[in-house]
Amino acid sequence: MAGGAGVESVAHEPIFVGERKARLDEILTRYPTKQAALLPALWIVQETTGWISDAAMAEVADVLEVTPAYVKGVVTFYTMYHQHPVGENFIQVCTTTPCNLCGAEDVMNALLDHTGCGDLGATSPDGKFTVVEVECLGACGFATPVIVNDDFIDGVTVDSVPDLVRKYS
Amino acid sequence: MGYPHKSHPNETVVLSEHFGNPDARTYDGWIWRGGYKALEQALAMSPGDVVELVKASGLRGRGGAGFPTGLKWSFMPKEKRRPHYLCCNADESEPGTFKDREIMRWTPHAMIEGCAIAQYAIQAEITYIYVRGEFTEPLTIVEQALAEAYEHGVLGDNAMGTGTRLDMYIHRGAGAYICGEETALMNSIEGKRGNPRIKPPFPAAEGVFGMPTTINNVETLAAVPHIIAKGPEWYKGLCRSNPKSVGTKLFSVCGHVRRPGNYEVEMGFPLGELIHDLCGGVPEGRTLKACIPGGSSVPILNRDETEACLLDYEGCVEAGTMLGSGGVIVFDDSADMVYQVMRLARFYAHESCAQCTQCREGTAWTTRILERILAGEGEMHDLDVLLDLADQMTGKTICVLSDSCAAPVVSGIQKFRDEFEAYIRGGRAAAIAVA
Repeated sequence: MAGGAGVESVAHEPIFVGERKARLDEILTRYPTKQAALLPALWIVQETTGWISDAAMAEVADVLEVTPAYVKGVVTFYTMYHQHPVGENFIQVCTTTPCNLCGAEDVMNALLDHTGCGDLGATSPDGKFTVVEVECLGACGFATPVIVNDDFIDGVTVDSVPDLVRKYS
Repeated sequence: MGYPHKSHPNETVVLSEHFGNPDARTYDGWIWRGGYKALEQALAMSPGDVVELVKASGLRGRGGAGFPTGLKWSFMPKEKRRPHYLCCNADESEPGTFKDREIMRWTPHAMIEGCAIAQYAIQAEITYIYVRGEFTEPLTIVEQALAEAYEHGVLGDNAMGTGTRLDMYIHRGAGAYICGEETALMNSIEGKRGNPRIKPPFPAAEGVFGMPTTINNVETLAAVPHIIAKGPEWYKGLCRSNPKSVGTKLFSVCGHVRRPGNYEVEMGFPLGELIHDLCGGVPEGRTLKACIPGGSSVPILNRDETEACLLDYEGCVEAGTMLGSGGVIVFDDSADMVYQVMRLARFYAHESCAQCTQCREGTAWTTRILERILAGEGEMHDLDVLLDLADQMTGKTICVLSDSCAAPVVSGIQKFRDEFEAYIRGGRAAAIAVA
């Protein structure tokens, strides 16, 4: 099932070569099954290309000896894997109850305004930002927590949003 | 950052002693503070003796269920015929809870040491530390601490020079609340969707990769080195109320309080004192309205119940709620309870793994009905429908996510019914008038 049917038309640069292949090989030593390396393998894909395409899922399936459909089932279960390209800076803002009580929805709206995204999940016209609303980020005492790419920033307020956005512009 | 706060004189600081001090994060800093002495001590004992010692201490699981830790360990096969595994549950995602995050951020070696001791006690060669995907900062810090622990021979094929194999790997989650449920967590480690499994078989018989497995929470494991070093009697002495609930517990206080943060107190500490004295109470000019003391999955307490509640497993049950994970969410009189209950229901609807009908449909229906009420289009009998739905969602599914959605809905309607009715009669304006 290497490659899978229907992906030939999409140009896909193999991901698991060289250093990334070595990394995956090391990860495989940690588990008694190949399938267990699926989440880490998907993280490597997303780190490399910013999202997880069908072609990438097919490559992962091939490497770990599972079906592409199985990989898709897993990718769609976990919210942090992107199934389509996102902005250069991916912003996750928590609006669950404790943060909500502390004004998280205002922070979210300020982020949508200042990044130019307008709507949740939409990418700004300059391609620089995508803002999504997420459930609890586990930093409820430091409302409002925001994750930009891999940076965890807590205590974000409406007033601190402009500086935050400028930093990543 | 809002953290760390200076510890309050009424706190009993054990796990959080070094919070805020980056030096304690390093291997050298940890050793300087007496780190890995307890591991050395444990490795000189038999695994069975370590289990007995932890059993004698009365330590109970800090992830939410409160199951006795030593007893859980004792369920693992004594005679080892197959690989054994330990899973450290660092998938902290219960709304209101942020204690494991701080343990990992400030004292990663405490967690590693606790894992190593537990791993030895249950005769496991491998620990998987399951860290939630969003915890980028704790992840980096734990990764570094693990590398240091390997470098100094704490872990590996010859752990602490004793010939025991102790390997530890991080498994990063990817955004799924349900993976904090122990059987879903094991599926996620196996590279599957995080669907909870039917029990039995229990993990000690058939866990990750079908092998005997123990799953413990970060805070539980971080308490273990202290118990080994200072003894079970010392631990049992840390108790303010019921002797079945002992030790210290980190409470993550958030929402409408002046000084949110993690507070470490002895079991049995009064909830009112925690909110008013340690956290400085609700903001100026406001009054306390409600509190969820154990993370979003437990019933909401009204003001009087909050003031009377003692923070231990039994005290919370007596107050009509549960200690859960110790995530204390405080609501003052400005809170719109109908809206907040809807937000909680929406959380569970979003996080349902959709295996069980009662949960998949129930969490979604509950959310939609609450949204309708909030939009001013509710009807009085919607409240009965919500309660009936909640009944259908409780005790009928593979895991307790569905029950967790029902808890705030039922307690919310019971305790703040006038606000729900006002919304139905006259929309938000009417609800504010009665709030």
